[in-house]
Amino acid sequence: MKCRCQSEPTIIKESTDKNASPRWIAATLLGVALWVVLYAQLAPFSEWIVSLFPLEKGTRLSEALTFFFYDTPKVLMLLALIVFAMGIIRSFFSPERTRALLAGKNEGLGNIAAACLGIVTPFCSCSAVPLFIGFVSAGVPLGVTFSFLISAPMVNEVALGLLFGLVGWKIAMAYLGLGLGVAIAAGWVIGRFHLEDWLEDWVKNARAGAVNPSSEKLTAVDRIKEGLAAVREIVGKVWPWMIAGIAAGAFIHGYAPAELLASIMGKGAWWTVPSAVLIGVPMYSNAAGIIPVVEALLGKGAALGTVLAFMMSVIALSLPEFIILRKVLSLRLLVVYFSVVACGILTVGYLFNAVFG
Amino acid sequence: MKIQILGTGCSKCKALTEAAERAAKDLGFPFEIEKVTDIEEIMAFGVMMTPALVVDGEVKAVGKIPAADDMKKLLSDGAK
Repeated sequence: MKCRCQSEPTIIKESTDKNASPRWIAATLLGVALWVVLYAQLAPFSEWIVSLFPLEKGTRLSEALTFFFYDTPKVLMLLALIVFAMGIIRSFFSPERTRALLAGKNEGLGNIAAACLGIVTPFCSCSAVPLFIGFVSAGVPLGVTFSFLISAPMVNEVALGLLFGLVGWKIAMAYLGLGLGVAIAAGWVIGRFHLEDWLEDWVKNARAGAVNPSSEKLTAVDRIKEGLAAVREIVGKVWPWMIAGIAAGAFIHGYAPAELLASIMGKGAWWTVPSAVLIGVPMYSNAAGIIPVVEALLGKGAALGTVLAFMMSVIALSLPEFIILRKVLSLRLLVVYFSVVACGILTVGYLFNAVFG
Repeated sequence: MKIQILGTGCSKCKALTEAAERAAKDLGFPFEIEKVTDIEEIMAFGVMMTPALVVDGEVKAVGKIPAADDMKKLLSDGAK
């Protein structure tokens, strides 16, 4: 669960100048049109940049450089657009609203709703604990809360948008479906264990209250501003990860021998999926950093299920997250949480390798 | 005026503290600022996102850092 804190300087004005609103909307549309034009020019642009280097076409270095100079602006632009759109969508959802929708829901349907709401609710790992307690104390069942907590970081807009742009819509849809599937199933399983007694004592006694003085009455301009604020914050935060990920991807693309990768991450041996998951746990990256690597790995013939398992493990099972959650979960509950999610990811990995093998 | 910053200590909590301090100084009110980092105390305010801004015991902003003008407005409303 990485800190992609959504909502930085939100505007809390009661009313905005009425005349400003058409201008803002026009400027937004113009910006999006400009984006489309620029995006279409990226491939010629990267070839032009690489042609400036004194390199022969088709060498390893020029392959790697082309990958890097094509992917960097592409990922940046995609990221900005996705984050902007999601910033606007998320301004319609607040944790309070999500909680009200989920409180008292039955398990089963509640797990499904929680996983879906996890995609659109503003979420940040520094808020994971207050959110968790807020949900549980308001009567959202524990398993449903877990569905939300698993889905929110794993099935996020950055991961989906970048998969869509870099790897293709089929894999993006597969990731969406399976990510939701893992969140729903894992939450449901945890709910079946009835582990409410395993919460830390003070959490059980926490009072339910919801205070958010500024979540209502936003104008269209406010929402656009929220989108822009999200872009500033998220792109500002993830770009170093992104560049590192693209550089790693470029290296794999240009230099890593396909046979070696295929033997490690191919679908030959049974241990490839579990080891991909294990390698992913201590890795601390976010979607923007990991997806260029995924793209390059797939290009070199790594098996889809193994790569997806690796990616889910990097994004959804992370040590910093466990340290945060340890404050509210007893160690036993944390272990159950980890095991259930890990099993879900393993299943996804094996399933994909079997189906697309 | 008593300003409290609720948050377990991520970078946004620091940014919110600084923003609140700056706004309060600009307004020229006498104020004290306190960081609430204990999660049990934070939950007692009923917030679900951090950082949160509390003025004289009342939650004013949740999960965000208000822009300078908005911040001044929140603080001066609280001082009344």
